[in-house]
Amino acid sequence: MDCAPSSDRADRTDESGRAVTYVPATVTRSAKIVVAGGFGVGKTTLIGSVSEVRPLRMEEPITQASTGVDDLRGTPHKTTTTVAMDFGRIHMAGGRLALYLFGLPGQSRFQPLWEDLAEGALGCLVLADTRDLDASHDALGLLDGAGIPYAVAINTFPGAPEYPEAELREALALEPATPLTYLDARDRISSLHALITLTEYLTEHRPAALLESRR
Amino acid sequence: MSGPRRDPDMVRPYVRTQGRIRAREDVRLESVVIAATGPTDTLGPDARRVMRLFAGANGGLAVADIAAALELPPSTVRILVSSLMDSGHLSSPVAAIDDQPDFDLLQEVLRGLRSLV
Ligand SMILES: Nc1nc2c(ncn2[C@@H]2O[C@H](COP(=O)(O)OP(=O)(O)OP(=O)(O)O)[C@@H](O)[C@H]2O)c(=O)[nH]1
Ligand SMILES: [Mg+2]
Repeated sequence: MDCAPSSDRADRTDESGRAVTYVPATVTRSAKIVVAGGFGVGKTTLIGSVSEVRPLRMEEPITQASTGVDDLRGTPHKTTTTVAMDFGRIHMAGGRLALYLFGLPGQSRFQPLWEDLAEGALGCLVLADTRDLDASHDALGLLDGAGIPYAVAINTFPGAPEYPEAELREALALEPATPLTYLDARDRISSLHALITLTEYLTEHRPAALLESRR
Repeated sequence: MSGPRRDPDMVRPYVRTQGRIRAREDVRLESVVIAATGPTDTLGPDARRVMRLFAGANGGLAVADIAAALELPPSTVRILVSSLMDSGHLSSPVAAIDDQPDFDLLQEVLRGLRSLV
């Protein structure tokens, strides 16, 4: 670049001094899978398990205008929350394709973020914890609302109750065709198998929008 | 199933970047861009920061990679990258001639994931 000082040229670090891992020059296509679920369900762990590069984090500030009844002046307060999103990357197809995995928080109040960030996703892997299945409902509702296809994976935590599959499906209100699988997010192979289950389902139930090519 | 109730009070701060207020539809979190050449002296400070990331790089970066490296909100970076593509400073990587035109994204992802286990 014209304005870049020459000392920057060999310098492959960002402004905070961390190494920047460039996408190989062979990559001409990219795709995205979203990993969603409630607080602490293992999204960051799964992304760290499967990513070929050091997982990174982005932060999106969102503003909430609160119109509480205790606001005597009647002027809306604005509170800004920062939503953190982790992501990782896997290279495939002989180096031509980069698959990005994004961890998105499943809370329904983050819907505007979802519309932006999940747009164009191949699909979503929803993580659930049997100690709190209700925590998955927001993510499932967001996906149903946005028409994003998904599979559900139960992340197996020690001491978490076990239920028959039919009960889990009922508790999560899953369609019969929606894949329901188990994983240990700390384990790379286990996490990859859950992503394969999702992708197999996607190839069988691909929405028309995915036929359009995408970079 | 009907969609979740939208909370109309939850919005992202309004951003205007390099004369653009919206990102291009094809500029998503995972979109990879590479640097083209051209003078950057007319660019705003954030756009220059983006271009500086590419200095001497042999490869691209996705919108998300740029957001993480510069600690900028991804929504802002989508807009910045969109305007830098409009001005020709950034571009999409071009597929090699031998990249099959019928490249099936889902099949390639499935094949790629299976090859890892
Ligand atoms: N036993 C067990 N522990 C896990 C598993 N996955 C994650 N954990 C642990 O659970 C905790 C939370 O995992 P995270 O990956 O941070 O969860 P998260 O969904 O990213 O959490 P938030 O981003 O805070 O919503 C960490 O201490 C993990 O080590 C798992 O499969 N089994
Ligand atoms: Mg996390």
